[in-house]
Amino acid sequence: MTADRDNAGREETSRPVLSVQGLTIQVATPEGPKPVVQDLSFDLRRGETLCLAGESGSGKSMTALAIMGLLPQPMARIAKGSIRLEDGTDLATCSERDFRDIRANRISMIFQEPMTSLNPVMTVGRQLTEVLLEHRACTRAEAPGRALELLRDVRITDAERRLKQYPHELSGGMRQRVMIAIALACNPEILIADEPTTALDVTVQAEVLELIRALQREHGTTVLMITHDMGVVAEMADRVIVLRHGRQEETAPVRALFAAPKTAYAQELLDAVPRLGNAPARPAPDRIRDVVDVAELCVRFPMRGGILNRVTAQVHAVEGVSFRISPGETLALVGESGCGKSTIGRALLGLVPWQGSIRIDGRQMAGLSAKGLKPIRRDIQMVFQDPGASLDARMTVGRQVAEPLVIHGLASGSELNDRVEMLFRRVGLTPEQMDRYPHEFSGGQRQRICIARALALGPKVIVADESVSALDVSVQAQVLDLLRELQEEQGLAYLFISHDMAVIDQVADRVAVMNLGQIVETGSRDQVLRDPAHAYTRRLLSAVPIPDPEHMRPPVLPREGEVGSPVWPLGQGPERLPMVEIAPGHWVAQGASLKVA
Amino acid sequence: MWAYVIRRLGESLLILLGISLVTFALLYLVPADPARQIAGRSATAETVANIRAQLGLDQPFHIQYLRYLGNLLQGDLGRSYLQRTEVSELIAARMPATLLLMLATIVVELIIGLTIGAIAALKRNSAVDQSLMVFSFVTISAPQFVVGILLLYVFAVQLGWFPIGGYGTFAHLVLPAITIGLLGTGWYSRMMRSSMIDVLAQDYVRTARAKGLGRLRIILRHVAPNAILPIIAMIGIDIGLFMSGIVVVESVFGWPGIGQLAWQAIQRVDIPIIMGVTLVSACFIVLGNLLADLIAPLVDPRIKLK
Repeated sequence: MTADRDNAGREETSRPVLSVQGLTIQVATPEGPKPVVQDLSFDLRRGETLCLAGESGSGKSMTALAIMGLLPQPMARIAKGSIRLEDGTDLATCSERDFRDIRANRISMIFQEPMTSLNPVMTVGRQLTEVLLEHRACTRAEAPGRALELLRDVRITDAERRLKQYPHELSGGMRQRVMIAIALACNPEILIADEPTTALDVTVQAEVLELIRALQREHGTTVLMITHDMGVVAEMADRVIVLRHGRQEETAPVRALFAAPKTAYAQELLDAVPRLGNAPARPAPDRIRDVVDVAELCVRFPMRGGILNRVTAQVHAVEGVSFRISPGETLALVGESGCGKSTIGRALLGLVPWQGSIRIDGRQMAGLSAKGLKPIRRDIQMVFQDPGASLDARMTVGRQVAEPLVIHGLASGSELNDRVEMLFRRVGLTPEQMDRYPHEFSGGQRQRICIARALALGPKVIVADESVSALDVSVQAQVLDLLRELQEEQGLAYLFISHDMAVIDQVADRVAVMNLGQIVETGSRDQVLRDPAHAYTRRLLSAVPIPDPEHMRPPVLPREGEVGSPVWPLGQGPERLPMVEIAPGHWVAQGASLKVA
Repeated sequence: MWAYVIRRLGESLLILLGISLVTFALLYLVPADPARQIAGRSATAETVANIRAQLGLDQPFHIQYLRYLGNLLQGDLGRSYLQRTEVSELIAARMPATLLLMLATIVVELIIGLTIGAIAALKRNSAVDQSLMVFSFVTISAPQFVVGILLLYVFAVQLGWFPIGGYGTFAHLVLPAITIGLLGTGWYSRMMRSSMIDVLAQDYVRTARAKGLGRLRIILRHVAPNAILPIIAMIGIDIGLFMSGIVVVESVFGWPGIGQLAWQAIQRVDIPIIMGVTLVSACFIVLGNLLADLIAPLVDPRIKLK
């Protein structure tokens, strides 16, 4: 790859495989057509990886869809410009009939959501052979064999069995591999990858990115990659186009961009990227008392079966987890999807049934009735991942922020209004915005509203479950700043649940790493992130893309042993991993291999 | 799978028990007196009282119900008050006609309903879509006896294409099947339309287009199989709609099925027949829903019976 990057400058004489000139895309709105991409021009050179980088609304996905002829009809259309292939075909004016021969044959595309991008009622094998047969890439008799080869090409284990499986039987990473296999089935010249790893865990992301690079080397495919993640850009790109509000801000070779961005926006974007290991040290919070004290927390979900529909097995989502948080302290829970981190947050809020002990500000929650829990609930509030989905679309945001105060009977009339106004000001919104509805706000503003709602009752603890994961980096940084200010002001304790190591590095005082419902390593931020002891933690950290093209990330560490399952027959359960203190406050689970000092 | 079927059948027995109790109670509360119906207008009060005692209608409600239930458990649906025949024989004799009508109705509903729904979804918000949805709205709202009589008047009386009533040939089947089927057609087309619109917006349809597949192939292979998934459950419910429709429609067309039997029995308060037809209909609805739930995992691999 390093060689490719050095060559990137020299190959400009050869004809581009794709040339976009003056592309303008309009979207119909009630106020008339609105441009989402304006006057975009770039050349895609054979064999290179070009990244379209930008935040949401930058028009990067629209550009990709326009190249594939898949713009959402009839709302969006190409208003101006051309998209020419090497042979001069203009895709901007190409008929649907002609497009059918170009798609998959010459240009392929993979999408952000591998979960929903495959047909759920069709086997993987048929979805693969379908594209081969459509483009007559092989005969009907050869198709199954060719499909098997393709699956092996994308390094899917047990490929023969996968052919007969349905998408829901595969993991997210495997589904994205299947998508890549489908995309490359007819050996296209160009692969468009639209946020291909955004929905995947960081370790799986690293594997999929490696796969795309390897296939690109083997087949000489040209890749147009669309991403918001500057870490992915640094890792993948030869050249980068930074887009903002549909306009081309800066186009540069990746090293030049990261070393010395020419435009202020590119500089801002790079500055906003959270970097692992760059976070300033945080003052140690006073550990006089614990506002959250969780001991031996277990959450198990029953699985039923048999004639009488009795519980036959249980999902051990959380298994014997203990932790404490002091006022003003942030404990980060990190782990891959399905590890149980979100379930812990829900248990704290009483949203799932749990066993064990949860004390909030000294008060035991176990065994309390709904009525008994009500006063405790005031002290613990939650901010969710998707601010759009966690606000009621048909209620003004002011009323939603006021609702907790009304439910708990804490304020009414003009006092209620004053308090909501104050909350709006506190999270950086204006009181005039109280009468609006959620759809009138941006993602970052909506998350501020959710934070205001969580603050309404003056809680002592806030559970932030992936609260900034859906936000653009610049917005993310602002929301994190807000959370930090609130913490300093009010001495809030945060349980910060995230899969993003770089964000955790910014906010956490202490970190707990979870795998299969248990904490495998916990300690101060520096202990866990700078000096990880457990193999699982080290693997997670090794997969984090580093937003620096000069820095070659070594291949992600291999997974140790089989991926376990949290499902156990009734009466059985996972072995509790004993924890050992290897340094003051740094606890590591035994059983799995420990770092050799 | 078998554990699931056995559990569902067990649940079904409970449902049937509940239905038998409710129906029996309703018939008990009906102000008409079956004994008077049997005895005739001119009979003396004494004769009527005798008949009442003979049929056990003078007993308290719980005794009557338990006796009925006891017989039912031995497979005995009782004897008709007026026709002096076993109810089970009467129902068995009329079952083939009703089953034939049911099959024809479901075919009509599915073919017309799914086609209309699919076309409306593909031509969404066009004049075609709007007219089809107005049509489906009319079929849902129109009372079946009105539709039946209208169809009879136009196609049997005026045009003479089909016989006015009766049973025996394919031509006899067409008008009653369409009359009952139109209601279901309206429901199916509306469900199919919204289901198709939903599926057309799915990511995997975009994937299919990105593969370079043709429009027809995308619709037949990727859209339609996913769009009919929610409709399968509807077929079970639809049998209930059918059962409520036949009482009127079989009478309008002189179709010799259990609906007509029920119609006649209701007029004469022939309680054993009403009970028998109600329970048989309930069995159909329960089995239809079970069947729909058993078919679902065959069409959608994500569904597992538990």
